[in-house]
Amino acid sequence: MSADVMVLVEHRDGAILDTTFELLGKAKSLAAESKGEAVAVLLGSGVAGLAGSLGAAARVIVIDDPAFEAFSPSAYQAALVPVVRDREPTLVLVANSGAGMDVAAGLSAALELPLAAYATEVTMDGGSPRVTCQLYAGKIQATVRFERGRGIATVVAGSFPAEAGAGAGSPMVEAVAATASDGRVRFKRLHRPEAGDVDITRESVLVSVGRGIGDQDNLELIEALAKALGGAVSSSRPIADAGWLPRTRQVGKSGLKVKPKVYLALGISGAPEHLEGMRGAELIIAVNSDARAPIFSVAHYGAVADLLDVVPALTARLGG
Amino acid sequence: MDYVVLLKQVPDLAEDLEIDSAGTGLDREWMSFVASEWDEYALEEALHLRDATGGTVTCLALGVQAGDVDELLATCLARGADRVVRVGSFEQSPDSHSAAGAFAAALDGIPHDLILTGVQAIDDLDGQVGPLLATRRDLPHVSVVTHIAVAADGKTATAHQEYAGGVVGEFELDLPAVLGVQTSREAPRYAPVSRVRQLMKTATIEKADGGGGGSGSGLTIEAMAVPESGATAEMITGNPVAIADRIAAILAERGIGAGAPR
Repeated sequence: MSADVMVLVEHRDGAILDTTFELLGKAKSLAAESKGEAVAVLLGSGVAGLAGSLGAAARVIVIDDPAFEAFSPSAYQAALVPVVRDREPTLVLVANSGAGMDVAAGLSAALELPLAAYATEVTMDGGSPRVTCQLYAGKIQATVRFERGRGIATVVAGSFPAEAGAGAGSPMVEAVAATASDGRVRFKRLHRPEAGDVDITRESVLVSVGRGIGDQDNLELIEALAKALGGAVSSSRPIADAGWLPRTRQVGKSGLKVKPKVYLALGISGAPEHLEGMRGAELIIAVNSDARAPIFSVAHYGAVADLLDVVPALTARLGG
Repeated sequence: MDYVVLLKQVPDLAEDLEIDSAGTGLDREWMSFVASEWDEYALEEALHLRDATGGTVTCLALGVQAGDVDELLATCLARGADRVVRVGSFEQSPDSHSAAGAFAAALDGIPHDLILTGVQAIDDLDGQVGPLLATRRDLPHVSVVTHIAVAADGKTATAHQEYAGGVVGEFELDLPAVLGVQTSREAPRYAPVSRVRQLMKTATIEKADGGGGGSGSGLTIEAMAVPESGATAEMITGNPVAIADRIAAILAERGIGAGAPR
């Protein structure tokens, strides 16, 4: 067993994802405590040049092979199993992304390493990790340890600052040949979102609506309020899934990350996947009928009320 | 095409969750249970796929004493599943590793070309059942998927995996395989309560052994807590008009909306 903290690097279009920098910054400080190294593991094809942007790592393990030209859960898992098995890091940090979920749980089952999911904080205690996880849609927090002192954590995006892990450097680069691959899951293509009528990432006021809206017809009330505020309407996932608003208006993990001056969260409970996309807003005002909705833990102002009562009153007050 | 759907029940979040006296778990005494939301999407997708390709849908649910797994399985039948199986016998909801182990053992006796389950559940502290099960059975897997389609020859399937920013990766998988379903093409269909009640009396709910249970999650839960709600929020009270007035004033201070200094 080593005292190293390993990070699985995610990249797209030749650039490292922010979530990787978030993990690297954390890995660096944890490794300093455990007296090990922050080790980044980079898989891809023609990606050796990316190692230089992983300066927060002490060491970058690069598996550069045409088999990893695009992400594939099966190929990544097959290649990572021997790396994690042989190096025995005390902790492996993986982003709680689509790709990360597959790889982390796959590694956990293949190597019988425990996995702590939905992590929002990781500390070292006596050289072994302690992980805080969000459960029950953010309504419960669990603090866990790995029974044998080592394990994997999938980390919710935005839990740690990316700045601490970004920046150039000259980590030791170690090229490793892929000893295994698995072609049973094949990448075909990437679909990018079509440009919508409104770019919610550029709006300074967002009036965002969730399940609490109840009925599609009530969207008129939300549109009227957005108009009175000179803002745009956005939503949580259920509204986009129902087809009530286009996918381009969806805020959150699978949608867009927004940082408006004002974010009005109306009838949005605040599942972790949603908070991931909006917690950086300058001012968050939440209206929800459930006093224990997790949205109130990130909001600056909150009101426990039915949005259908508050919204018309607010629109009227604003002269809309 | 034999489709298999893995389901479980989870605490109903419409009710307040309380921590038990040990401070390391939920107080289950008065807890009520519902089907895990994402598992319901998985079932809905399986039913659509079966209707397109022909074949069967078999639903497997964890046999947990708390909650009502038979009602869940009868609901699956009412929605159109062909066969339902209660897997294992657990006093409480098992962790994901144990659940994956039980499902993996049960699959020995159940034909499966495509296994669908919810991408996640609100209680999967030790990871998601789909990829855990897939790896135990050495099957390929993709999580966070939508847009599932099975090829005409029945040998492969395609699915979309969601990433941040609305970006989607399209994958082709060799079957048999496991998919963690994010959402279904249509909202889960309604099953009339009367039909579910009737099926609970008349339908056959098979039982499958969940195997030895495995070694568990390997996690030690030190503490569970309700995060301090509203820890950062200043709560606005009063009737809707008073709330609206206060919000308008807060916005006006920042130069937003009518009444704002110009």
